[in-house]
Amino acid sequence: MRETEVIKVALVGNPNTGKSSLFNQLTGLNQKVSNYPGITVEKKSGTAKLNDKVTASIIDLPGTYSINPTSLDENIVLEAFLNESNDYPDVVVVVADVENLKRNLFLFTQIKDLEIPAILVINMVDQMKRKGISLDIAKLKQELKSEVLLISARKNLGLAELRTAILNYKKVNTTTIANIANRIDAEFFKKVKSSFKEMSLYKAWLLITQQHNFPNIDPALKKRIDKFRDKPDRLKKMQNKETILRYQYINDILKKTYSFDAENATGLRSKLDKILTHKIFGYIIFASILLLIFQSIFDWTQVPMDFIDSSFAKLSAFAKNQLPPGVFTDLIAEGLIPGIGGIAIFIPQIAILFLLISILEETGYMSRVVFLMDKIMRRFGMSGKSVIPLISGTACAIPAVMAARNISGWKERLVTILVTPFTTCSARLPVYAIIIALVIPNDRILGIFSLQGFTLMALYLLGFGAAMASGFLLNKTLKVRGKSFFVIEMPNYQLPSIKNVVYTVVEKTKAFVFGAGKIILAISIVLWMLASNGPESFKKATETIQKENVNLTEKQLNQQIASYKLENSYIGIAGKAIEPAIKPLGYDWKIGIALISSFAAREVFISTLATIYSVEDESNTTTIKERMAAEINQDTGKQRFDLPVGMSLLIFYAFAMQCMSTLAIVKRETNSWKWPILQLFGMTALAYLASLLTFTLLN
Amino acid sequence: MNIITLANLSVGEKGIIKDIPFDSVPLKLLEMGCLPGKEVELLQVAPLRDPLYIRVNGSHLAIRRDMAELIEITKSKNLCEKLKS
Repeated sequence: MRETEVIKVALVGNPNTGKSSLFNQLTGLNQKVSNYPGITVEKKSGTAKLNDKVTASIIDLPGTYSINPTSLDENIVLEAFLNESNDYPDVVVVVADVENLKRNLFLFTQIKDLEIPAILVINMVDQMKRKGISLDIAKLKQELKSEVLLISARKNLGLAELRTAILNYKKVNTTTIANIANRIDAEFFKKVKSSFKEMSLYKAWLLITQQHNFPNIDPALKKRIDKFRDKPDRLKKMQNKETILRYQYINDILKKTYSFDAENATGLRSKLDKILTHKIFGYIIFASILLLIFQSIFDWTQVPMDFIDSSFAKLSAFAKNQLPPGVFTDLIAEGLIPGIGGIAIFIPQIAILFLLISILEETGYMSRVVFLMDKIMRRFGMSGKSVIPLISGTACAIPAVMAARNISGWKERLVTILVTPFTTCSARLPVYAIIIALVIPNDRILGIFSLQGFTLMALYLLGFGAAMASGFLLNKTLKVRGKSFFVIEMPNYQLPSIKNVVYTVVEKTKAFVFGAGKIILAISIVLWMLASNGPESFKKATETIQKENVNLTEKQLNQQIASYKLENSYIGIAGKAIEPAIKPLGYDWKIGIALISSFAAREVFISTLATIYSVEDESNTTTIKERMAAEINQDTGKQRFDLPVGMSLLIFYAFAMQCMSTLAIVKRETNSWKWPILQLFGMTALAYLASLLTFTLLN
Repeated sequence: MNIITLANLSVGEKGIIKDIPFDSVPLKLLEMGCLPGKEVELLQVAPLRDPLYIRVNGSHLAIRRDMAELIEITKSKNLCEKLKS
């Protein structure tokens, strides 16, 4: 094999500059998502072939406006440039958007001052003419003393030149440009320079001003840094001055090289803004979009979900018939296959949700929602930015809790994290879908709205309502200090890039299936084992039943044995143990088993019932829904899943905190056990009381 | 005389930023281009009068009213007033 050289490239840039498009164009499908060690921020990296001998290993760093971080995501960028680890980039590609060049150059001058090879890539140049922008590229190169390239990531323009520029990174000029330090405080920076000879002056400055972001810093270095930190007020003044001077420098350069016609550039934008953030139409449009999201989750996914459900039922029966009978076959047919089915059934819903959310983000509409909702959300202790976690929460609370990182105020962020698990995540959906299908008649109201769809929407609203109400309460009761501020960019509108959207959907769905899927599969197998094993009484099942029922046919006998076995298995014993507590809610011990396993992850409810009923049901060819509908309440002789029980279950699942993964993420994000424990007990107590009330009222 | 701030502008009006209390605003506001001497235009106000949607120094930003009230400006006369005088 031939040795290939690898160049480490870091991609940085403001949000909304098309950085992801460029990343996708460069790496194609050669990308992977991993986590940064110790934290859960996604680390996107990929490889691109530059020529026969050289490949680039590209890291897509989170979007940021400045190297001074204001959020955990942005902190990653700072760390990437201050930790000289194995990942330290050979060359930095700074992606800028031609329309916001001024603000994008701000970040570029900071990177440039780190004296690391930096290439400026100006994206979206295909729109220059339409927006009335002209740019003197030769002059800009000269002024910035840097390599500057014009590209259009979407139209695939200028990428060959970029690859060549990356190949030649050693030739990139690494001198600093703005000469800011001397103009801020020459005396001060002279001292810094002599104290930190081994690194660039700007890096030393960042270490001094951002020290609190590096808890694990070398003590000797920390000592040197602390010498310059005796006057924090003065440092802040110097940072302000740095910002002003950088903008002066950039303004001077752009005056010579850049011009644009404001009218041309903002005509469509302001028209769209007027409608989308209008005090009436704005909310109507937002509500319609939410409705569309719910409608699509329920309606469009029905066919593929039924298909997946019945396919796995058939597969399970097939396995049972074809394989030689034994414990191993039982494990496959009753544990493994229904378990995998329980994961696969989510794929349509997750994919559609991420599709719609990523389109909303790509077009720039999400920022308008933030703008529209900020004042309202503040009454509930949150920020306009909390809308994104709350909407993402309809897919899965885990990425949603992580999305709360963008919220700059600690209290607003904490409240958002605490209430997000109330939103109806896709793990609740299969539970809702199947129970609704069982207990709500398939009628139409006024001939248009499906009663089942309406119930589902009511449950979504209930989830949002619970989130808002608890936000309101937490806002009043939480004594948390922490200044919040709100400065967001309103990006220009653009058509979503199909490639970006597809990549996001594939990536997030994959992450969910493999992340949550592992838990679901493991629990399914454990459950099956607990259901197929038991103490003495379990093992003597056949004898006991045969002794008691002498006159039964063989078929009836087998059924009796199966249900006796389940009752006396380990899981049956556990279910029976909690039966007194859940009987007031209308549940029996079988539902109890499903409830217990749901505390690991709520989607397990369906696969648990599937496992339980398929252990009972020897024929094994029916779907989960058919089995549930056939289940009889031993006390009343009627259907087990009737309206009061179904509604009580729906309410329980709407409120209860039944997801270990979410609790683990909340622990990690809040850095304390206090908050996940509050969620677990608070939400579950609410669920119990609300279900009790529902069942009592309906019965 | 009363101090005029960014929050006093009506939609469509422009002004020049006179003073920003650097101690009370986050560095991020400056880094996004909101600096003294720059022209600022109030593009839109959210339905409940808050936040404000502004254009400053080429950036389109949304900030909350409480922050806008800290940013002192001088109003630019609009075209009609200029013609009258």
